[in-house]
Amino acid sequence: MTGDDTRHLPLEDLHAAAGARFGAFAGWSMPLTYPAGVMKEHLHTREHAGLFDISHMKLFLVSGPGAAALLDRACPLDAGALEISQSKYTFFLNEAAGIIDDLIVTRLGDQRFMVVANAGNAVFDEKHLRELAVDFEAKVEALDRVFLAIQGPEAWAALARAGIETGSLLFMHGIEPRQNWFMSRSGYTGEDGFEIGLPESDARNLVATLLKDERVLWIGLAARDSLRLEAGLCLHGQDITTEFDPASAGLMWAIPKDVRVSGAFIGADALRSILERGPSQKRAGLKPEGRQPVRAGAALFDAEGNPAGHVTSGGFGPSAGHPVAMGYVSTALAKPGTRLFADVRGTKIPVDVNPLPFTPHRYRKG
Amino acid sequence: MAKTYFTEDHEWLRVEGGVATVGITDYAQEQLGDLVFVELPEVGKKLTKGDTAVVVESVKAASDVYAPVDGEITEANASLSSDPSLVNSAATGDGWLWKMRLANESQLEGLLDEAAYKAHIG
Repeated sequence: MTGDDTRHLPLEDLHAAAGARFGAFAGWSMPLTYPAGVMKEHLHTREHAGLFDISHMKLFLVSGPGAAALLDRACPLDAGALEISQSKYTFFLNEAAGIIDDLIVTRLGDQRFMVVANAGNAVFDEKHLRELAVDFEAKVEALDRVFLAIQGPEAWAALARAGIETGSLLFMHGIEPRQNWFMSRSGYTGEDGFEIGLPESDARNLVATLLKDERVLWIGLAARDSLRLEAGLCLHGQDITTEFDPASAGLMWAIPKDVRVSGAFIGADALRSILERGPSQKRAGLKPEGRQPVRAGAALFDAEGNPAGHVTSGGFGPSAGHPVAMGYVSTALAKPGTRLFADVRGTKIPVDVNPLPFTPHRYRKG
Repeated sequence: MAKTYFTEDHEWLRVEGGVATVGITDYAQEQLGDLVFVELPEVGKKLTKGDTAVVVESVKAASDVYAPVDGEITEANASLSSDPSLVNSAATGDGWLWKMRLANESQLEGLLDEAAYKAHIG
């Protein structure tokens, strides 16, 4: 099952002991589900607290007098305008404004930034950043960390019981609470929650403490996917790729207005011309009628049978209680309520364009 | 007297009077995880061994269930339309998928018995 190139999580033994079923994702052997199963894991996260091992994701420390300038070149960002501890969702774009990866950048100090990148793109991202860094007074360090997410309405309380106070930390802010730790109030489930990068030995202690709390359960990648899809969040490689730009993806909220106008980021010219003429397609939420899930790759058609787009993520939403999907549709058809049809194994399933998210975000913003 | 057979694709067949009731094994439902939808076949549909008879969908993925032998669908398990999780909770009982009239009973000889299936899944 696992080739020589498959990477293994540092805490793999803990997942195996917890009864995880493993599967390949982005070159890693990842826990997909635990014995509770995806449905219970999903609902537990929305009601209590889910613990996720996301060590396949990569943390980079970017530092030096030119760190902000480097990030402003690499991302459509005004890194210097971030307050210390403020996080920002952003991207690496290519010259055509295609999305190379989506990232979270957190300002840790005057000249220090944490960049969290996706597993599947980590190698490319590191090379990309290092190549760009040559022109700036900035250093790029790939950190060796276990990365845990604890998500759900009781995440803060479980951390408090484990001796980690999170009270003053607001959503999309990150700090260094202990030596070699990085903790942000963030996540990819739509719930309040935290992501913590820390050394392996500290991680083993923290996990052991957290799992003593009956509110905390290990949650696998399968539920992580259904949680983020219900929350309307994009999975890079599916919902956003270099084929899509931030305007088509409906992610322009991540780019400050003045950066759109005058930023010197890679892809700026291409993005400006896309914005000028308007994107021809847009990412949209899709709600299939009935119980049958509509999955990634399904072609979409309008009422007359003309091609209308395609589905990029789809499955069942355990909290929504119905199938949920997202995809790209012609701009004219992207309005919520528009009835489209998805081809599923030759049958046309009615799907309605639906606002995202499917389940309301419950972030703690202040 | 009904006799039960298994396939290497993790299906079971209970054969009685030339009609087989078909489902997936407990091992298979565990591998698939929580099912959320079962696409059932139409009664009267003629299937050849290896044809997709049913599609079972978990939260994450869709998987085909193949006709283990040739035959004609005589019934589909309508309870699965409202409660697909029956396949998880009772894979070899109330979670059966379809019934088919066998076209060629000699095909049963190529299937596994319970001991051979257990050896197959290890």
